[in-house]
Amino acid sequence: MSNTLSFVRTEMLPQKTPPASSVGLQGWLRENLFSSVGNSILTLLTLGFLALILSNILPWVLFGIWDAGSLTECRAMFAERYADGREYACWAVVTDRWDQLIFGYSFGNLHEGLYWRPIVGLALILLALSPILYPNLPRGLYIATAASIFLYPWLIWGGSIWGPLTLALCIIAAVFAYRAVAKEVSSLIAIPASLLVLGVLVFFAMSPVSSGLNAVAPIELQPVPSREISGFVLSITIGIVAIVASLPIAVFLALGRQSNLFIVNKLSTGFIEIIRGVPLITLIFVATILLKYFLPSSVNLDPVVAVMVLVTLFTAAYIAEVIRGGLAALPKGQYEAADALGLTYWQAQRQIILPQALKISIPGIVSNFISVFKDTTLVSIVALNDPLGISNAIRSNSDWNGIVWELYGFIAIVFWIFCFSMSRYSMSLERKLQTGHR
Amino acid sequence: MNKSVFLGALTVAGLAAVGASASTLDDIKARGKINCGVTEGTLGFSSRDAEGKHGGFDVEFCRALGAAIFNDTEAVEYVELSSKNRFTALSAGQVDLLYRTTTWTFSRDVDLKTTFVGINYYDGQGFMVPKDLGVASAKELEGATVCIETGTTTELNLADFFRANGMTYEPLPVGGTTEAKAFFEEGACDVYTTDASALAGVRASLKAPDSYIILPEIVSKEPLGPTVRHGDDQWADIVRWVQNALVAAEEHGVTSANVAELSKGTENPSINRLLGAEGSLGEMLGLDNDYAARAIAAVGNYGEIFEKTIGESTPIGLPRGLNALWTEGGLQYSPPFR
Repeated sequence: MSNTLSFVRTEMLPQKTPPASSVGLQGWLRENLFSSVGNSILTLLTLGFLALILSNILPWVLFGIWDAGSLTECRAMFAERYADGREYACWAVVTDRWDQLIFGYSFGNLHEGLYWRPIVGLALILLALSPILYPNLPRGLYIATAASIFLYPWLIWGGSIWGPLTLALCIIAAVFAYRAVAKEVSSLIAIPASLLVLGVLVFFAMSPVSSGLNAVAPIELQPVPSREISGFVLSITIGIVAIVASLPIAVFLALGRQSNLFIVNKLSTGFIEIIRGVPLITLIFVATILLKYFLPSSVNLDPVVAVMVLVTLFTAAYIAEVIRGGLAALPKGQYEAADALGLTYWQAQRQIILPQALKISIPGIVSNFISVFKDTTLVSIVALNDPLGISNAIRSNSDWNGIVWELYGFIAIVFWIFCFSMSRYSMSLERKLQTGHR
Repeated sequence: MNKSVFLGALTVAGLAAVGASASTLDDIKARGKINCGVTEGTLGFSSRDAEGKHGGFDVEFCRALGAAIFNDTEAVEYVELSSKNRFTALSAGQVDLLYRTTTWTFSRDVDLKTTFVGINYYDGQGFMVPKDLGVASAKELEGATVCIETGTTTELNLADFFRANGMTYEPLPVGGTTEAKAFFEEGACDVYTTDASALAGVRASLKAPDSYIILPEIVSKEPLGPTVRHGDDQWADIVRWVQNALVAAEEHGVTSANVAELSKGTENPSINRLLGAEGSLGEMLGLDNDYAARAIAAVGNYGEIFEKTIGESTPIGLPRGLNALWTEGGLQYSPPFR
């Protein structure tokens, strides 16, 4: 017996290192780039193509000129520095017009020393968004969130601080009115009652109270006319307003469209379908141009505010449909379980339905946010100076007449930074909320 | 941000409504500023420099109005308008006038209820060719390849011009100015055609502007001028006669340099009436008699404005052409100050 077993190994061999061709850089290359003849050919073609493109673009970008006062100067410097007679990027336009592109005419040029206002405003917004974006942060930061709603417009538009503050007081008063009526009479009439209180306060009390307070304690910032708000300050302001304000509206629209209440259902559906059926550019035209024909000529509709409202409603309609998709994806059992537990409609939505539906909808919602942020460039059609509008204006100055790619490239990079950050945040949020259902 | 803020802001904007009143001039005086509608950026006519200040041919006329009314060229608020919202902005009272490269046409004058009060620039479609082509007139362009933006009136004017002159051409359709410029610079087409003022801008942005020329022929009519609302003739008169004063000043040899001297009184009664040394023309307008002298001192006469903003000494290099004085074979002509 023993001699038949003699060829059986009695102890394990030590593990050998894998062959050099399948580990490390070489192994990775073999597996990913050169695993077959076809793949190798494709890899080489792609590399060649990339090299061709980069060899054309990189020198243009890297050998560009950063310090010149005009395109003519740039061209003179190319001729002087490089003997090959080629043209390189004239980045000097970005350094020359940096203030205008980023801060716009309002804060970059016309009102000297006002840079701090959009910077503080943006810092405030980031602080305000932080407790929403990162739930681990202290809850006290929600005070900053509430404050920024009133302080950011004040920082951008200027004027007396008492205007936004009295508006805040009116809203607080309306909330108290809602609570009082809901407790004493019924929650059904509390909503119209509190809206009535708000309307009366805003229309009749706000302006005398705020001007009175301003006379007692004048705290004012230099007012900035709306049409001078421009550059990335304008894009970011419209973008943030649309993003932050559209989400709650969208949630209500989506719930309304799912609702069994006939009027709520039809109103939500109608709103969503009408807004989605019309291109954003048409809405912007209507808001800034057509409305002037219908309103009495004495009404002075602020173009920036009009655009903000419409971009917000437009985004809300799209996101509502994304959220409706999330609601529809939940198994019916979730709704039935909520009913079986005896939860009211709002309790069920808040505790069971919406958390799951919104989690499913995150990628769709964020991609809508990204697209609305990029859509803010459409306002240049109605002569608001977003970065693209400013780039046209820069080109129409004889110093920079004829410069194209440098400006578009710069604007594209700034937009990419914002959009890419949003996309990364949404991915990290998805990972964090991953509960293993998929 | 909360929706109610915007509703609130809307309400505030609505309440802060500007009351319509009878006279534009009174409104302007009460406001202390003229609201002048200009383009968002047209090379040479209105653009902003690195400090954000407006400058250009049209802007100078707004400044002249500021000088005439307030003796302050800075008393002007520039409102940038797109070609789509300019007439609504004017009729809604957002601006007092347009100096916005606006072509005077029948339907705009009659149907849109605007009043065109003059022509500060006679524009029209022109042709640009490389010098090497050896062509001095558009009538020698037989068989040329022409870069043309598709779907524009320029395209139709081009076809008409060649047919009327019994010539043939090879169209090379392009999508826009940037594309056209690239084709033209590479030599893919011999001729580039668009409005002459824009043509000069394109020429200035080429790598070697001096090796291209703009041919003298203008084949369409694009008279650009200031526009006001229907119904306030006093204001229309002010805009019309401030512009006329600048043209008349060039005709009489009054410049920003010698206006102070001449306004003390000269041998020439026309100059005296223009500058307010004789008569009371300014008071008839509702201003004072020095209004024209102030405007000329501040921005110069028509020729000076032309030369410093779009003329041949600037990178844009537009020739006077049709915009020369009538005494020099152009169309710029001011009715008499009498």
